[in-house]
Formats: sequence, C-alpha cells, structure tokens
Amino acid sequence: MNLQTISALVLRYLFLYTRTPMRMVELVFWPVVDLVVWGNVTVFIQKNTNPEFGNFVLFFLGGMILWDIMFRAQQGVAISFLEDVWTRNLLNVFVAPVRTSEYVSATFIVGFLRIVVTAIVLSLISWFGYTFNVFTLSWWLIPFFANLMLFGWSLGMISTALILRWGQAAESLAWAIPFFFQPAVAVFYRVEDMPAWSQPIAWCFPPTYIFEGMRDVMKSGSMNWSYLWTSAGLNLLYLALAGWLFLWILNLTRKRGLLTKFATQ
Amino acid sequence: MSAPPDTREVILEARELTREFDGVKALDRFSFQLHRGEVLGLLGANGAGKTTAMNCLLGLTLPTGGELFAFGLELQRHRIQILQRSNFSSAYTALPGNLLVGQNLLVFAKIYGVKDPKAKIAELMELLEISHLSKRVTGQLSAGESTRVNLVKAFLNDPELLMLDEPTASLDPDIADKVRKVVRKVQRERNIGILYTSHNMRDIEEVCDRVIFLHKGRIVCEGTPTQILSRSSSSSLEDVFIKIARDGEIVDEA
Ligand SMILES: Nc1ncnc2c1ncn2[C@@H]1O[C@H](COP(=O)(O)OP(=O)(O)OP(=O)(O)O)[C@@H](O)[C@H]1O
Ligand SMILES: [Mg+2]
Repeated sequence: MNLQTISALVLRYLFLYTRTPMRMVELVFWPVVDLVVWGNVTVFIQKNTNPEFGNFVLFFLGGMILWDIMFRAQQGVAISFLEDVWTRNLLNVFVAPVRTSEYVSATFIVGFLRIVVTAIVLSLISWFGYTFNVFTLSWWLIPFFANLMLFGWSLGMISTALILRWGQAAESLAWAIPFFFQPAVAVFYRVEDMPAWSQPIAWCFPPTYIFEGMRDVMKSGSMNWSYLWTSAGLNLLYLALAGWLFLWILNLTRKRGLLTKFATQ
Repeated sequence: MSAPPDTREVILEARELTREFDGVKALDRFSFQLHRGEVLGLLGANGAGKTTAMNCLLGLTLPTGGELFAFGLELQRHRIQILQRSNFSSAYTALPGNLLVGQNLLVFAKIYGVKDPKAKIAELMELLEISHLSKRVTGQLSAGESTRVNLVKAFLNDPELLMLDEPTASLDPDIADKVRKVVRKVQRERNIGILYTSHNMRDIEEVCDRVIFLHKGRIVCEGTPTQILSRSSSSSLEDVFIKIARDGEIVDEA
C-alpha cells in the first residue's frame, strides 16, 4: 500500500466537499432531523410516564447517535465509490496505478471523516437541546465509535460490491442495507426484550454488543469487557468477509467485462 | 515486399488474445506487437473489437484466452507496475465534473507520484494550449477542451506506453488537427509507444506509423498506411476501411 496514493484519493474527496457545499449540508441535515424528532418523542414519553423511565431519553438519544455513526461510516464508503461512478471517473482510477486496497482505504478514511463531522454536530445539539451529554459515556465512546465504524465499513464494502455487480440499479439497495440490520442489533431496545428466536441472531452482529454496552454504561457507569472484545473480534471477521466479497465481485466484473460498460455509461 | 523488421524494444504484446462475450468472439486470437516509440493504429468498424482489445490491455477486462505482456512483464501479475509506466485517455471517459480542472489534475498527478506536480501540470497545460482552463469547472468544458484536459492527465506520468481510444471523437477539424499535432509532437520528443484507435482516417494517416485492421475481432490486414494502400485496389484508407467493413476482407490487386 502506498500512502501517497491513498492521500491523493482522499484529497479528491476533500476537494469535492469544499466544491459542493450541498454535500456538507447533506452530511448534517438528516442526523439533525433524526435527533430532533427522537429527542422530542422521548421528552414527551418521559413527561407522561412514571419517572423511573427517566433513562429512556438517554437510551434513545444514545442509541440514535451511535446508530448514526455506523450509518454514516457505511455511507462514506459507498458514496465515495458512487462519486466515481456518477462522475464517470471510475475508469481513470482503475487504469491508474491504484491498488484495490488503496482505493478501499481511501473510502474508509472518508467514512471516518464523515462520522467525525456528524458526531460533533450531534453531540452539540443533544447537549444544548436535550441536555444529553454523550460524554457521560466518557472514554467508552472511543471503543464504541471504533467498533460501529468498523461495521459501517464492512456494510459499505458490501454495498459497493452490490453496485459493482448490479450497477446503479442496486443504488437504493445500497442505501437500505444498514436498515436491514437495524431491527436485529438492538439499537433502541434490549436484546432480552426481543422475541426469543431472534436473540441468537442479534448476538451474531458486532453492533449489538455495543448498543447493549451503551445502556449498561449509562445505567451503571461500566460494562462487560467481553462485549467489547467479542464485538471487535466479530468486526474483524465481517471486515474480512466483506473484503473477500468485494474482491470476488471486482474480479467477476473484470471477467464479464462489465467494469468498463458500467464505468463509461 | 516486406518492410525491414522493427528492431526497437517491444513494449506491448498480445499473443492470441481472445475475448468472448456470451459465446460471441469480440476478439479472436488477436496477436500484435507494439515497439517503443511506435504509433500503432487500430482500425475497424463499430463493434470490431478495438475497445475490447484496449480494455484487456489495460486490465479492465480479463481475456478469455491468450497472453498479454507489457515491458516484458505478464500483464495481470504486474498490473500496478505496468500502469505506473502507462496511461490512457478516451473521449468516453471524463474527469470528475464537479472539481476544477486544476484540482483534478493535481489529484491524478499525486496518484501517479509526479515529483513536482504543479510544475508538471503547468508545463503540459501550456503545451496543449489550455493554461487558461485551470480554474474552470471540469463539467462545464466543451468537448474539445475536455479532450485536451484528458490528454494532460494522460501525459502526467511521462508514460512510455499510451492508449488512446478515439481521442479526436467529437472534435472540430481545427481542434482535431491541433490534438493530432500535439500528440505526435510529444510522442516523438519522448519516444512514446501509442496504441491509437480512431474512425478518422486523417488521424490515422497523420499519426500512425503502422495500422491493423480488425474485422469481427480478427486481423484482416496490417502494415504502414502506404503498404496497405499499395496492396488494395482502393485509392484511400477510407475506401479500404469501407471495403473491410462490408466484405470483411481487403481485395488484392487483380
Ligand atoms: N461487456 C460486454 N458484454 C457483451 N458484449 C460486449 C461487451 N463489451 C463489448 N461487447 C461486444 O464486443 C464487440 C466488440 O466491441 P468493442 O466495443 O470492442 O468495439 P469497437 O471496435 O470499440 O467499436 P466502436 O468503433 O463502436 O467503438 C461488440 O459486438 C460488442 O457488442
Ligand atoms: Mg470502441
């Protein structure tokens, strides 16, 4: 891997964001809307129910913010690739001395930069609007973010692979992928509240451990360390699988001669 | 009558390159050699297999048969190394439309690891007479302007091997002429080997040292433009082209 190549690719995305302010707006708009809606709903619930449900606000907002981190990481990866498709630039990149690993790394970095922006905006709004301080999660935030980002990257690679294989028809599917997982990873409720048959499925996905951990930390200030390790271990597995899928499909498109049709259309 | 063998180093070689799409052969045992400093034109009707050949040579499409070498290295195995010394431009690709011309070129200069990117870009833009376009939005350029910007990109890494797929498509005769001249100039100065496709016979006569006519993925005839003309009953390359496109063969002098 060549760092200069990766930084050149990242530079291209930075140019893009500074050239088109709408992309910055897009980055911030939906998370803010989500946060305000969920914030208001939870305040409403809290006012109209028993005070012992007070933690709800924290749980919901915490879940929402962490979910958005994962979603933005996935989007960062998929959008970066789509930018090259939309701008008919893919061919230029593929005939340049860019290794697949370098290309993918650049999309990961863009995914990371996107979540930094999103995280800062959401933290500020939730603090000023709902006096929810994400930093109640203190340094736990770091492993939480890292794990969710890793899973977002995996999903991003899967989305990219789908687009590579089925072209722009798969674009909307690529957006939807994170939401296939949303019911299963216990973002807004505990795993034990899920139907019994679905609980083992929930534990197959790395984010589940993080969302469970988040609620533990909010309640008691600490969590089960094994959750973090399991999540990290599973993440590595998913990253490897997603990477393999991506390479396999890339090779398939080369074999079928689809790469160019699709890059110049 | 045969020409003396070209003794220059072979920088690109296809051996029996075959590419099938759903049982149809877009390329059928296509073999050729490109020498250092030589401009080889690939001609043929729409669908003859020119772009497919180029895509295989760029590693974008995998061949279904045959072997490919560049700089003596097997293509798939040494792809990155080869691409470092090559470049490509086509009328059908574009640089990202939403960035400024200068930004796009800077990104690619860095990708190719150009030593002094700013100076290199300025030099090439000057050469192609487009220095004034640096601050323009790429997507708003005219076809002729964007072709020349693409060519700057293609020359950024001082390629030894260049593939140009219809570089003059959609250019007006004046700009097409300028593009041909500049390609020829840079090519001679830097001794670049170029694989060139075009439907414009003017291009071919002015730029190419040697041409290969493809028909349904197979070589129909091959030689310098003069050799080809002398071998056929036609009076121009254009007529040879039409003859091959319709009959699939070049008619020898009776
Ligand atoms: N991905 C693909 N799937 C199926 N068939 C393909 C694919 N790519 C090319 N072909 C077919 O291969 C043949 C050669 O196409 P190619 O694009 O190489 O022609 P060409 O010589 O470049 O033509 P043109 O002058 O129109 O650019 C055509 O019949 C085309 O339909
Ligand atoms: Mg073509």
